[in-house]
Amino acid sequence: MTGEVVIFWVTAIFSVIGAVGLVISRKAVHSALWVAFTMINLAVLYFSLGGAFLGTTQIVVYTGAVMMLFLFVLMIVGVDSSDSLIETIKGQRLVGTILAFAFGALLTSAITTTGFSAAAGVAVANDANGGNIEGLAQLIFGRYLLAFEVTSALLITAALGAMVLAHNERWTPRKTQAQLQRERTLAGHPTPLPSPGVLALHNSVDTPALLPDGSPSQESLPRIFKSVEQSDDSTNNEVTS
Amino acid sequence: MNPNNYLVLAGILFTIGAFGVLVRRNAIIVFMSVEMMLNAANLAFVAASHITGTLDGQVAAFFVMVVAAAEVVVGLAIIVVIFRTRRSASIDEASLLKY
Amino acid sequence: MISALIGLPLFGAALLLLGGRRTNAWGHYFAVAMSSSAFVVGVTQFIALLGKPAEERHIHQHLFDWISVGSFNVPFGLHLDQLSVVFVLLITGVGSLIHVYSIGYMAHDENRRRFFGYLNLFVAAMLLLVLADNYLLLYVGWEGVGLASYLLISFYQHKPSAAVAGKKAFVVNRVGDVGLSVAIMLMFVTFKDVTFSGVSEHAQHASGQSLTLIGLALLLAACGKSAQFPLQSWLLDAMEGPTPVSALIHAATMVTAGVYLIVRAHAIFDLSETARTAVVVIGAITLLLGAFIGTAKDDIKKGLAGSTMSQIGYMILAAGLGPVGYVFAIFHLLTHGMFKAGLFLGAGSVMHGMEDDVNMRNYGALRGAMKITYITFGLGFLAIIGIPPFAGFWSKDEIIHAAFSQNLVVGLATLLGAGVTAFYMTRMMAMTFFGESRWKKGVHPHESPLVMTAPMIILAIGSVFGGLALKFLGDIELWLEPVVGVAAPKDPASNAVLIPVTLTVVLLGAGYGWLKYAKTPVPSVAPENVSLLTRAARADAYGDALNEAVFMRPGQYLTRALVWFDSRAVDGLVGGVGATVGGLSARLRRTQNGLVRSYALTMVGGAVLIALVLLLVRL
Repeated sequence: MTGEVVIFWVTAIFSVIGAVGLVISRKAVHSALWVAFTMINLAVLYFSLGGAFLGTTQIVVYTGAVMMLFLFVLMIVGVDSSDSLIETIKGQRLVGTILAFAFGALLTSAITTTGFSAAAGVAVANDANGGNIEGLAQLIFGRYLLAFEVTSALLITAALGAMVLAHNERWTPRKTQAQLQRERTLAGHPTPLPSPGVLALHNSVDTPALLPDGSPSQESLPRIFKSVEQSDDSTNNEVTS
Repeated sequence: MNPNNYLVLAGILFTIGAFGVLVRRNAIIVFMSVEMMLNAANLAFVAASHITGTLDGQVAAFFVMVVAAAEVVVGLAIIVVIFRTRRSASIDEASLLKY
Repeated sequence: MISALIGLPLFGAALLLLGGRRTNAWGHYFAVAMSSSAFVVGVTQFIALLGKPAEERHIHQHLFDWISVGSFNVPFGLHLDQLSVVFVLLITGVGSLIHVYSIGYMAHDENRRRFFGYLNLFVAAMLLLVLADNYLLLYVGWEGVGLASYLLISFYQHKPSAAVAGKKAFVVNRVGDVGLSVAIMLMFVTFKDVTFSGVSEHAQHASGQSLTLIGLALLLAACGKSAQFPLQSWLLDAMEGPTPVSALIHAATMVTAGVYLIVRAHAIFDLSETARTAVVVIGAITLLLGAFIGTAKDDIKKGLAGSTMSQIGYMILAAGLGPVGYVFAIFHLLTHGMFKAGLFLGAGSVMHGMEDDVNMRNYGALRGAMKITYITFGLGFLAIIGIPPFAGFWSKDEIIHAAFSQNLVVGLATLLGAGVTAFYMTRMMAMTFFGESRWKKGVHPHESPLVMTAPMIILAIGSVFGGLALKFLGDIELWLEPVVGVAAPKDPASNAVLIPVTLTVVLLGAGYGWLKYAKTPVPSVAPENVSLLTRAARADAYGDALNEAVFMRPGQYLTRALVWFDSRAVDGLVGGVGATVGGLSARLRRTQNGLVRSYALTMVGGAVLIALVLLLVRL
């Protein structure tokens, strides 16, 4: 039982648990947390396999940046959005399960029958350039320079694409203060609207404020959460109709 | 330790990710399942690097991360746009492009 | 200089047909000028030939290499020799006269310019036909005259009968043209050459069978173009065209192209007894058939058309007799060209004066009203029935004589033909110019203008002196000898017997016609209860009925069967395949349900399959 073996089995079990959690969680937020958990475990594995740079990147980029992005989007589309786990496509779940198992079984049997009996380890390769990062740098800015440059173009394009996709064109001229004032007066509610979460059980923006008589005030919610009802157990709430 | 174990782990993670893509309807969860599959592939790359004793596998995993980042950015933007127009993050809803 | 012969009328045709309405005012004069200048060129060439010794009387002009593929070489060359030059003179001479005549005849036709354009086109094509130095180039001219003939027959396109007649002529001519193309292909296969000189040279070494085949194919071509049995049916309908066209194309020149072809290909016919016999038989049948049809026609132009068939039958028969007949075939062709053109122009003049009525039963006693027409027509009449010393006598008598010298039956056929010719021509003459007037009300016959009568007078002079001139002054036998070979010396004694016999037969026929149509009044409506033979003759000897029964009906049934097969079997198969594919795709496209997860499922399925295959292959 060397350290490597211990680390492998611990992280392997954890990461599989995380992956399974991702699939079976009803709430997207939970799924995201399970993914982050799996990724950290994978980062540990990378460290143990001599990929210090990759492990760090895994934590910083994946667990940090990418998962943060996921959470941002989750916040936008509704943090409580979750699937009902009832399958709508006929036979999808059954066939999907069979195929997934078959695939996994084939993959595993292929790997075990093909077989690598021993590993060389990257320690020598790391030391040749004075460390893992130097070794990687040597390759990235050497042999894989062209691919590296191309990925930069890809990233730029992706950033532009995301901007174009998410951009909202303004079709009407911006309202003037006078207009806003008039609208607000005519709407019959000249004072500011109540803030969400006031006196409610949660203080998040998607929880309507409670009026003095204890009833929730829909007016307190931002427009995007208008359809969400307040209740103690919000797991049944769906943004989608 | 037999290095095949790393590969088998990668295979299992990949399979679970694929299964998630098949059965989940929430677009974000599907997306995360795809990320899971990419991570499984990364693990296989790093394990291959470990087996062969070269760093090329790690470089490949690095590139996969870069591409995954780009993919996430665009994919999430698409999800946001779909959500904005359809008020739904279910991938079964966006099924107009059909027979 | 020879190319100018073709070029001048071709230029005229191009200018008139492409120039459009701008040339309306002067187009017809221009066409006459082009045609006449071609005649002048022809005369100069003729004089140039006269100036040479007999063996060197030919001019060859190689314009360019037309087709040059491997061993197949066809020059675009023109060849003027003794045979071509008489044709050139006939075509341009008679053609120019008819151009002039048409100025008057077509004066009131709004499409006059188009008419003259076509006439010039015809003259150009016909000249190309007779000037070509190889069979393929001849074929171009052959098709060119066919086209011009088609355009001119259906010139009055607003009349359905004219349009149909044009189509009929075109279709029937195609049958003959197949014969010509087959003949050219056979020539190429047999001789590796299609020039006249090359074919004549190599014919000596070819097998008799292939020569016979070529000869029969050429005969088929001649039958189509010259309206010989069994392809005679188009000529009678072709009379739907304007009368000058009937005179030029369907009497004097184009229809004689078959005779020209056979005489030009004499090298082949000389060597094939079978082909020659076939030619003689066809000629004899047509000669009697045409005359037979001519006896019953009330339409003056159709009567003349039957006569044309009959006279060309004489020429074909003469050409089939071999070396003794070639010269006389051409001789008769030339005299016939003159007197038949004159007769047609006379008929046109009569029609012109009778408000375009063609029914002879509405004529009668026109000799007072149309003196010039009467005299010129009468001279042509004397020429065609063969009264000495008019043109027809010299040529026809020679043919009868040659026929008797070869075969008694053929000789008797020609003799009988001469008698029938005399009968129907007398009938025509009597019904038109003698007897009582049967004019319809409001018709005032009058003589035609000078521009029409002048060509008639010139042609009448030709009908009178043409035979004499060609026989004694020009000695056509000697003139053509270098081209068609030496005519076998005939027995002068038999001619001394034959001439009186022939004249007796002719006078008998003419006398019977005179008795029947001049001495007894002619009913102005054709009698109904007539003998079977008359009925047959009125119906063009059932040529159309035969064509319909033998070719059209079976063809119709064949097409119907094919259409049925096409719509049921072929379309059923094709449509069935289409419907099957369509049905399958309609089901298959249901898999495109728009659900991303279904697609993902398919992809995973594919991945499983590939992994499975890889694994199985490895293990």
